[in-house]
Amino acid sequence: MEALHNLKAWEIRDILSRGEVTAVEVLEAVAERVERVEERVNAYITLTLEHARSAAEQADAALRGGKMLGRAAGIPMAVKDVLCTRGIRTTCASRILRDYVPVYDATVLEALRREGLVMVGKANMDEFAMGSSTENSAFGPTRNPWDLERVPGGSSGGSAAAVAAGEAIWSLGSDTGGSIRQPAALCGLVGLKPTYGLVSRFGLVAFASSLDQVGTITRDVRDCAFLLSLIAGHDPRDSTSLKVEAPDYLAALRGEVKGLRIGVPRELMQEGLTAGVRKAVEDTLKVCEELGAEVEEASLPHVDYALSAYYIIAPAEASSNLARFDGVRYGYRDEKGEDMMEMYGRTRAAGFGAEVKRRIMLGTYALSAGYYEAYYGQAQKVRTLIVNDFRAAFERFDVLVSPTSPTPAFYLGEKVEDPLTMYLSDVCTIPVNLAGIPAVSIPCGLEDGLPVGFQIMGKVLDEPTILRFAAALEEALGFREKPDSERGVKP
Amino acid sequence: MREFEAVIGLEIHAELKTSSKMFCACDASFGGAPNSKTCPVCLGLPGVLPVLNRRAVELAARLALALGCRIAPYSIFHRKNYFYPDMPKNYQISQYDLPLGVGGELILETEEGPFRVGITRVHLEEDTGKSVHVSESGRIHGSEYSLEDFNRAGVPLLEIVTEPDIRTPEQARAFMMELKSIMEHLEVSDCKMEEGSLRCDANISLRARDSGEMGVKTEVKNMNSFRALHRALRYEIERQGEILASGGEVVQETRHWDADANATTPLRTKEYAYDYRYFPEPDLVPLELDAAFVEEIRAALPELPAERRGRFMSEYGLPAHDAGLLTSSKAMGDFFEAAVDEGADPKAVSNWMMGELSAYLNARSMEIDAVRVTPGQLAAMIAMVDKGIISGKIAKSVFEEMLETGKDPEDIVAERGITQISDQDELQRLVTEVLEENPASVDDYRRGKEKALGFLVGQVMRKTKGRANPQLVNELLRRGLEE
Repeated sequence: MEALHNLKAWEIRDILSRGEVTAVEVLEAVAERVERVEERVNAYITLTLEHARSAAEQADAALRGGKMLGRAAGIPMAVKDVLCTRGIRTTCASRILRDYVPVYDATVLEALRREGLVMVGKANMDEFAMGSSTENSAFGPTRNPWDLERVPGGSSGGSAAAVAAGEAIWSLGSDTGGSIRQPAALCGLVGLKPTYGLVSRFGLVAFASSLDQVGTITRDVRDCAFLLSLIAGHDPRDSTSLKVEAPDYLAALRGEVKGLRIGVPRELMQEGLTAGVRKAVEDTLKVCEELGAEVEEASLPHVDYALSAYYIIAPAEASSNLARFDGVRYGYRDEKGEDMMEMYGRTRAAGFGAEVKRRIMLGTYALSAGYYEAYYGQAQKVRTLIVNDFRAAFERFDVLVSPTSPTPAFYLGEKVEDPLTMYLSDVCTIPVNLAGIPAVSIPCGLEDGLPVGFQIMGKVLDEPTILRFAAALEEALGFREKPDSERGVKP
Repeated sequence: MREFEAVIGLEIHAELKTSSKMFCACDASFGGAPNSKTCPVCLGLPGVLPVLNRRAVELAARLALALGCRIAPYSIFHRKNYFYPDMPKNYQISQYDLPLGVGGELILETEEGPFRVGITRVHLEEDTGKSVHVSESGRIHGSEYSLEDFNRAGVPLLEIVTEPDIRTPEQARAFMMELKSIMEHLEVSDCKMEEGSLRCDANISLRARDSGEMGVKTEVKNMNSFRALHRALRYEIERQGEILASGGEVVQETRHWDADANATTPLRTKEYAYDYRYFPEPDLVPLELDAAFVEEIRAALPELPAERRGRFMSEYGLPAHDAGLLTSSKAMGDFFEAAVDEGADPKAVSNWMMGELSAYLNARSMEIDAVRVTPGQLAAMIAMVDKGIISGKIAKSVFEEMLETGKDPEDIVAERGITQISDQDELQRLVTEVLEENPASVDDYRRGKEKALGFLVGQVMRKTKGRANPQLVNELLRRGLEE
């Protein structure tokens, strides 16, 4: 049998309920793994093993007493450090929140605690979720368990690396432009960005409010569906939360994919893809056909402008969302300033990293009097065109597919000095956020021993279809690869 | 000064009378220990989201409808971005280019006839917290440190913007008084200027009379009473008039009314020169009000001051002046009607309220809802006068005591033993005494000096310490003199 720390959540639940293992044993296996590899991977900002142990003990007590086991019980989880956890510091990987301890739990955390959450720790990330490599962290970069010289992707790089390295069984991330799907792709995992509004954003520290969504990183599609069912649903504390009942996503995995109409937007298969990514995606399209799906070229004519629109809208919202970090009420404060304005300036200059400052300045500029229409107004129009493109495409197709990332994991330091190149990492994932639709990335092959992700996009609230398709494809592809112990961490 | 006329527009902020704040469930009432009425949402902690208070929307719609505005079926909220320590998020959620209500009006009854002030817009926004700057001036510059109280942060505010239709400080004051009364009748706001639940800024410029052109305007802030509004505008008209008369140019700026100095002073540019970078609030969905919602609110609108004024004139026969004063606040009108309901004569109630009661309130800067006398007590006192139990003169001193102590008039009269003497035999005896004691005056009267009668009445009053029924004394004296 596979080592405990490498099992899927549903496998652990099976053996827990059969009494073959205890929740504490599972947690200790993961804790031991953390002990062994964390120094090299740096997946976590804060470890919360004591909390995890008491949650695991409660799960065992429930099992012994023959009580119902919470649906998250006994499964060690990593939580991206952008989700507020009551009494546990939540840093957003920023110096400005280095010692910030929230007084409340994010809605998703509340929901998971009710289900017996065993939280191993708060996962590393790009500062305020801004980045694609987890190099923009005030707590040092996270490394890719497949190759420690390479990045795990970002911004949810810690959440992905923790699961890939066996330091957690599954994890929560957030995705504003690809921040779940791209690291999942680069770490050989399943990453889901749900429909905007399906999962509550209350307690998710905002980067770009109209794009942010909490989602999952798991080892297979079944775990993805299961974890989604634990966090999806209406939250009256989030006005943008959709008033819908979440369906049974696990049940939705069963069923035919034969006859499913699959569109491949040509705009997402253009230049910039590495040969290996192109080949892995094309091979996967053949497998889709073998499964009886109808694969055809599709078009999203305005998607070429998605990256430009995104880098107006997201920084504009960020410039406003991050204004509250001013040293007045909480977080880091530079005391040396002569007056209030200087205190603001010094605090923010020292508290934020370079990428965050870059985006605050971009966004402030884009919203300034005289520039608003040319930048923000125009970007919103482009966004509407992209929404319409997807709507039109989904009249012909049930799902759209593309590579998740144009390249596999790149080296640390390779792109960090060149923001525009870094921004291109998200060229395939950003349109999905602009349109508010759901998308899942599953591993579909390797290039030079590094995982390649395949992105499946669906209609608004059509998670059941993309997950059903992802599950069928996952089974057909039979991706069983594990990190190579020469370059990465031993499985 | 004759050649200039002022062009004035007002921007009013009123705190809505909701029980909870605009975007969270915190208590929205005034007062409380600093920061005792706060939660993660109104403190702007990381990760929180706003949820719009339905009641705030209803109240805003109520006022907008009462002012004759069109209610927008679709309106949105924006973020107004600027850094200030009393603003937890460093942006204020406010309506902007798509407000809830547009295009209304308010007709003022003035001595020169009806005067119309256009209402540009009525919109919803959230209030900020309060900074206490620890320094001699109480202003932020030069203060050693500042303390923040976020109890008011997130309280729903209505912003009402008028067209630049106002021409005089008197009209501005009359507009504010009428608007306040309307908001009281609608029960949308407490309208307490001293607690800051009603605030007013003014844009003011001068131009050659009837020129149709607009001069350079200044914005005047910090006018926290009707009197301050009136004085500040009068000052500003004079100031701008002097500049223009001497060939100078008015500087477009924001000025602060300093009531102690009786002058406006420019605010430092740094305090207000912001680019607010408005953009649609992505954490809220558009506010869509369907026709049924609007009609429901319209149908439930209560009687407004103008209608009430008309009714006071037609139903109670009051003169326009009385009706105007008695509807200047909801509480005045309610007090009046309650006293009339107790059976008192409307004109008598009005006289007492506009005379003694108003004088008492004005002298103490008090509102009528804080007064100790009840409408029932006033009605009882008026009844005592009508029945001749006390004279009108004595009633005044009884009413004074009622105002001070809240006692019933019957008790005061009994305690003081000041019941009027209307007993004919007793008065006749005194009249006879007085006639005998004052033969000179009797002679004067009989020689045609009417004035002598007044002296003789006074003598009777002196003997009774003012308690004699004056009509009866007059009658008995005349009869005695003509014998």
